[in-house]
Amino acid sequence: MSARRFSLCVNGVERFVDVPPMARLLDVLRHELGLTGTKEGCGEGECGSCSVLMNGELVNSCLVPIAQAGGASILTIEGVGEQARLHPVQKAFLECGGAQCGICTPGMILATVHLLGKHPRPTQEEIHEGLNGNLCRCTGYMRIFEAVEKAACAMESGAME
Amino acid sequence: MQKERIVGKPVFRKEGIAKVCGAARYIDDFSLPGMIFGATVRNAIPRGRVLNIEFGPGIPWDEFTVVTAKDIPGKNYIALINQDWPCLADGFVNHPQEAILLLAHPDRQLLPLAVAAVRIEYEELPSVHSIEESELQQTIVWGDDNIIKSYVMEKGDVDAAFALPEIVIVKGEYSTGAQEHLYIENNGAIAAYSERDGVTLWGSLQCPFYAHKSLLGVTGLPEDKVRVIQVETGGAFGGKEDYPSMIAAHAVLLAMKSGHPVKIIYDRMEDMAATTKRHPSRARHRTAVTKDGKLLAADIEFCLDGGAYSTLSSTVLSRGTIHSGGPYYWPNIRVRSKAFATNTPPHGAFRGFGAPQSLFATERHMDRVAKAVGLTPEEFRRRNLLRTGETTCTGQVIRQQIDLEGWMESALDHAGYYEKRARFDRENTDSLRKKGIGLAVFLHGAGFTGSGERYLNSLVGVDATAEGRVRVLVSSTEFGQGTNTILCQVAAETLGIDYEVVEMAPADTSVVPNSGPTVASRTTMVVGGLVHSAALGLKQTLIASGLLSEPYTSDAFQNAAKSYIAKHGALCSMSRYQAPPNVYWDDQKYSGEAYAAYSWAAYVAEVTVDLTAYFVTVDDFVALQEVGRVLNPVLARGQIEGGVAQGIGYALYEKVVWDRGLMMNNQMTNYIMPTSQDLPPIRVFFEEIPFEYGAYGAKGIGELPMDGPAPAILNAIAHATGEDFNAIPLLPEDIAERLAARTSIAKEMAAV
Ligand code: FES
Ligand code: FES
Repeated sequence: MSARRFSLCVNGVERFVDVPPMARLLDVLRHELGLTGTKEGCGEGECGSCSVLMNGELVNSCLVPIAQAGGASILTIEGVGEQARLHPVQKAFLECGGAQCGICTPGMILATVHLLGKHPRPTQEEIHEGLNGNLCRCTGYMRIFEAVEKAACAMESGAME
Repeated sequence: MQKERIVGKPVFRKEGIAKVCGAARYIDDFSLPGMIFGATVRNAIPRGRVLNIEFGPGIPWDEFTVVTAKDIPGKNYIALINQDWPCLADGFVNHPQEAILLLAHPDRQLLPLAVAAVRIEYEELPSVHSIEESELQQTIVWGDDNIIKSYVMEKGDVDAAFALPEIVIVKGEYSTGAQEHLYIENNGAIAAYSERDGVTLWGSLQCPFYAHKSLLGVTGLPEDKVRVIQVETGGAFGGKEDYPSMIAAHAVLLAMKSGHPVKIIYDRMEDMAATTKRHPSRARHRTAVTKDGKLLAADIEFCLDGGAYSTLSSTVLSRGTIHSGGPYYWPNIRVRSKAFATNTPPHGAFRGFGAPQSLFATERHMDRVAKAVGLTPEEFRRRNLLRTGETTCTGQVIRQQIDLEGWMESALDHAGYYEKRARFDRENTDSLRKKGIGLAVFLHGAGFTGSGERYLNSLVGVDATAEGRVRVLVSSTEFGQGTNTILCQVAAETLGIDYEVVEMAPADTSVVPNSGPTVASRTTMVVGGLVHSAALGLKQTLIASGLLSEPYTSDAFQNAAKSYIAKHGALCSMSRYQAPPNVYWDDQKYSGEAYAAYSWAAYVAEVTVDLTAYFVTVDDFVALQEVGRVLNPVLARGQIEGGVAQGIGYALYEKVVWDRGLMMNNQMTNYIMPTSQDLPPIRVFFEEIPFEYGAYGAKGIGELPMDGPAPAILNAIAHATGEDFNAIPLLPEDIAERLAARTSIAKEMAAV
């Protein structure tokens, strides 16, 4: 399939790529734009390690053809925070032990950012449901749940300052 | 004693910031100039001869690099315990998905089409696909008798005990299925080759020196021309202990032939179908017990399905055999164990390494023995749990001060066991949602079995850089379990410096010594102990040089290290493994000190069995364990919770569906692991008794939590339903079938 030009706004920056319309958003991010923080675990929409936010919605980037993402605004893990200035969700994952091998972590953090956007003080059920598209084989999820609660508290008190 | 500053504290994971920022680099995140991509053409039949290979139309074959067994410059096997596992099948295939030839091309998208275009003609031969078929020995698929390995472990006089009068004899058969590791990062490797530098291999792997050894054999290159580097690894659980050596060899063969760096990344379906899984097992127990519930003797037969090649089966079988007795005092016990070959991809290392299989049988069986003598599960265990000074089934004297009874009691208390058991018994009668609560008490030996650690002869180093930073030099790898953090904590504590000043040297065989494989819950206890003594050596060198005197600050230490290096060139201290005293092991009789230390645990599961959908939910889970000193409470909890979650999956969700050796459900859509909505609260409790010979008192922790969930859950289901389910995974259809049979029997009885 021949390449076409697509524009998308990634982590606040306008980017152009020349790729076939069926190219997966995941591959565009990783190979064309060098944003390797987004991971591939299954390639079929089951594991959520490729999660990004597209126009504020949580999507599996392995299932999104670039033709559907043209003009969209994308948030990847690289846009959530930086090593020197962690986002409260990243900080909470670090402190609570929410990342073990780390391969699910970028997707899990984006799912958490999305969840806290919808439910700033989520209940246990909302947390369990909000992360159910993101598989983690290492943690058994308990440290991740704790991190979500901690991040919610931190963001609430941050918002009040 | 001085209070510890860093050990025992929840310091952050060393590579944690990189991981939460998406900056940690895994194998698929790397690229080399001129790099091309590799893929594997695999066998489609269970067993037979390869008659012809044809490169079908529509593919520009002249652009491809093709590697077959004939291209292997060295020896055609992956070096593990034996030498029977071919790197590429050479005319004969023994299991579906066995690698036959390799392809490489610059266009990643073209490779799947090319793989599909290779047509292979076979002559199919008879094959075997279960322990039962293999033990019949009608078709021999491995050696002379299909038996990869067998052991007899015997203590006391078992036959005499079974001949005693007035005893109760309880028999049972138990089985466990294969389990897929399902690390979220698939396997992958990148290889580069030049005549001058030899081979360099980067990979997602647990054991750089295992891959190194295999590459030496396959390439025929000298040791200094083969270099293996582990990069960030996205989960392993044993699944990246053995098979990565295969992928490494494949990538290297393609790189050598093509003259380009080659990357091989498996997709999920290939990873699930082709790589190793947990060994399926069958255990038969015959137990002699007195009428008042004292265990007299066990006669156990324990079998594993090893798959088509021997790989690590003999050591998995060994651990399974030794753990067959569970945490009980047996005056007499005999375990006869065998690993059988089948035409299935080789089963391999998986967290627990044979112990989850044999302990499932033992702990399920103990509930049934208890019932046979009219005791509750907990009272029966109380009468038989090991005590300090008693001997295990290998005759090892328990020297550690243990209190299994107290720990079991404490787990039961945390779970609210007594109240719940009584309440569920009352309420279950009129409910379609039957509730149950079950218990498992167990142990897990840390480190290599028997003489294993002595053979490994691990070497560890600690050095300082010109900037005065300290590095830990080990081949022990990080794949989520916390190696980096724990070993840096131990070094920083020992040296009396800040945790931030210590870092890990890269897990690169050209940089670090061989501290043994990262397996068997040995890293914290054994390797950590060596890091401790190497760090002590470093500190003594600095003090002896006069550049440092106690007490000192972290800065003073760094300055002294800098001055030392400026003056002497390098500052490094090495430490080699020495067996703790009195360690005696007889490989022939299978007796003696099987492990330097055991960790102990009591787990309690609470379940609901829904009799309309036959679905089981685990409602609460208490995991109490004694693992020696806990060096990092956050990491330790994470290990237990993650292991329990895998154990719940093992018991209730994770079923590998086989068709003559081929995994049929090799996708995340149809092989089901627990999600965030499938787990109960996992409540973790530690008892801490420092172990004299482990780093700051630590013992092994990583595998233990895999052993207990399945039997605790099935015991709870037996309590809920009154039915003995003795096989895992236990799926709703299994429950439905059994309970339907029970209802129809009941109806027939009523009709009579
Ligand atoms: S890689 Fe996209 S959901 Fe698994
Ligand atoms: S931390 Fe390894 S998969 Fe989640």
